Amino acid sequence: MTRMDVYLDNSATTKVDQKVVEAMLPYFTERFGNPSSIHSKGVEAREAVERAREQVAKLINAKPSEIVFTSGGTESDNLAIIGAAKAANSDESKRNAVVCSNVEHPAVLNTCKDLVASGFSFSEAKVNSEGILKTSEVQSHISKQTAVASVMLANNEIGTIQPVAAVAKLCHEQGALMHTDAVQAVGKIPIDVKKLNVDLLSLASHKFHGPKGVGALFIREGVKIKPIFGGGGHERGLRSGTENVPGIVGLGAAAKIAAEDLSNDIPRMAALRNRLISGLSGLSRAFLNGSRDQRLPNNANMRFLGVEGEALITLLDEEGICASTGSACSSKKLRASHVLLALGLADWEAHGSLRLTLSRFSTKDEIDYALEKIPKAVTTLRRMSPVWAKLERGEKIEDVKDGGHIH
Amino acid sequence: MAGTYTELVMEHFKNPKNMGQMEDADGKGEVGNASCGDVMTVYIKVKGDRVADIKFQTFGCVAAVATSSMVTELAKGKTLDEAMKITRADVAEKLGGLPPIKMHCSNLAADALHAAIEDYRKKASE
Ligand SMILES: Cc1ncc(COP(=O)(O)O)c(C=O)c1O
Ligand SMILES: [Zn+2]
Repeated sequence: MTRMDVYLDNSATTKVDQKVVEAMLPYFTERFGNPSSIHSKGVEAREAVERAREQVAKLINAKPSEIVFTSGGTESDNLAIIGAAKAANSDESKRNAVVCSNVEHPAVLNTCKDLVASGFSFSEAKVNSEGILKTSEVQSHISKQTAVASVMLANNEIGTIQPVAAVAKLCHEQGALMHTDAVQAVGKIPIDVKKLNVDLLSLASHKFHGPKGVGALFIREGVKIKPIFGGGGHERGLRSGTENVPGIVGLGAAAKIAAEDLSNDIPRMAALRNRLISGLSGLSRAFLNGSRDQRLPNNANMRFLGVEGEALITLLDEEGICASTGSACSSKKLRASHVLLALGLADWEAHGSLRLTLSRFSTKDEIDYALEKIPKAVTTLRRMSPVWAKLERGEKIEDVKDGGHIH
Repeated sequence: MAGTYTELVMEHFKNPKNMGQMEDADGKGEVGNASCGDVMTVYIKVKGDRVADIKFQTFGCVAAVATSSMVTELAKGKTLDEAMKITRADVAEKLGGLPPIKMHCSNLAADALHAAIEDYRKKASE
């Protein structure tokens, strides 16, 4: 097979749609005004921002007034959680606890942990071995002290979809706010904030074919949060700073396309993804990480025992395939990703994980190319692996949890 | 990805030298553990006082594989005393450098070689 460039890392970021680029371009040069200016250049920019707000609102069945633009997923998560925590703590309820799941993105996990320094208590609800949060587990973490709970709609590594509506119900019964990080879910599954019943929802443009550095936070009408930036009071006082007009226009255009194309994209991505999973499951000691069914249609996360992730990614990169791994061999004490460990996998099992994420631009030829190259790369690495040799001899691999190792 | 490694590191990773198991090894050194993501086994065959043959098996990242390959090249044909003097730094230097963040796994290669020689000497003195 001739060499191809195959991008299967769409959970990291996506290609900006050409139509999105074209929508953005005039806002760099001709329509460069500041939306706060009173003159015509300003009005033109303001209109563009408000049009984008409608487009984003429509994608998630919200009102335009419920959308605040931010610099991306990380900022939306921070604004939602810190903003809600601060607001709850300053009203008479004095709620002082935050909760999130143990598979959240660091933008949520670290934000929650950091609130401990401001006097909040923090607890983590744990997913099961399928990577799914059970409502009974969440329930034990939510009380009248909870200011905000944050449970992601879809996981960035294993693509598992959480029962967000059920968690929102539990939160509301206790008077707590519910936030969901929907950064990976937008453009991959239908999203309706009314059905999800969440108070706050984060999204990021670059994960669904929009530009980087722009995102939005949905804040349900009537929900009070405090801003995290001091400044000129843009975005109804919730997010000061001159709006990133071209970025916001791009986000709006991407949202419009996502809303229009989703019903076609889902079955197409799912069929290709299923082809990928079935093909790779044929390898020996190869397993899917995370639930097979409660999963984004574009995510395949496989583990190949006896292989280390970075080495696998590098071999695939040499073949033109871009993918990612849950193994980050970069710190002194190498740990596998917290998401894979949360599934109950041993470190050494998690190190052999490969995340392949599709987009609406993925093709059957690309998947077939990946299905030819991935097994070859796995075999190459297994041939040099003493861990694989042990597995083949039926020996046990010790899982050293803490210390006791040489380096 | 390839950008973080020198061409020589990539070359050793893609086409590792002396890779494989050795059934009748005189000395065997295994270091690291699978939990950390890096395990290396070095096997040596000794003739006279020299490393006559050497092989390695590695489960690990690009740096781990490349340093394993390089250390076997450096040790092959050397006397045991000379091979014991090959340092972690020698291996990294011969590869044209390694990203600082990768030093932890790169150190394993020299350690595995030394462990194999010690294993041989222990067996020989028994
Ligand atoms: C689930 C999730 N949340 C938040 C983020 C952060 O988004 P951004 O990079 O736009 O700040 C990401 C992106 O990696 C993500 O996958
Ligand atoms: Zn390593």
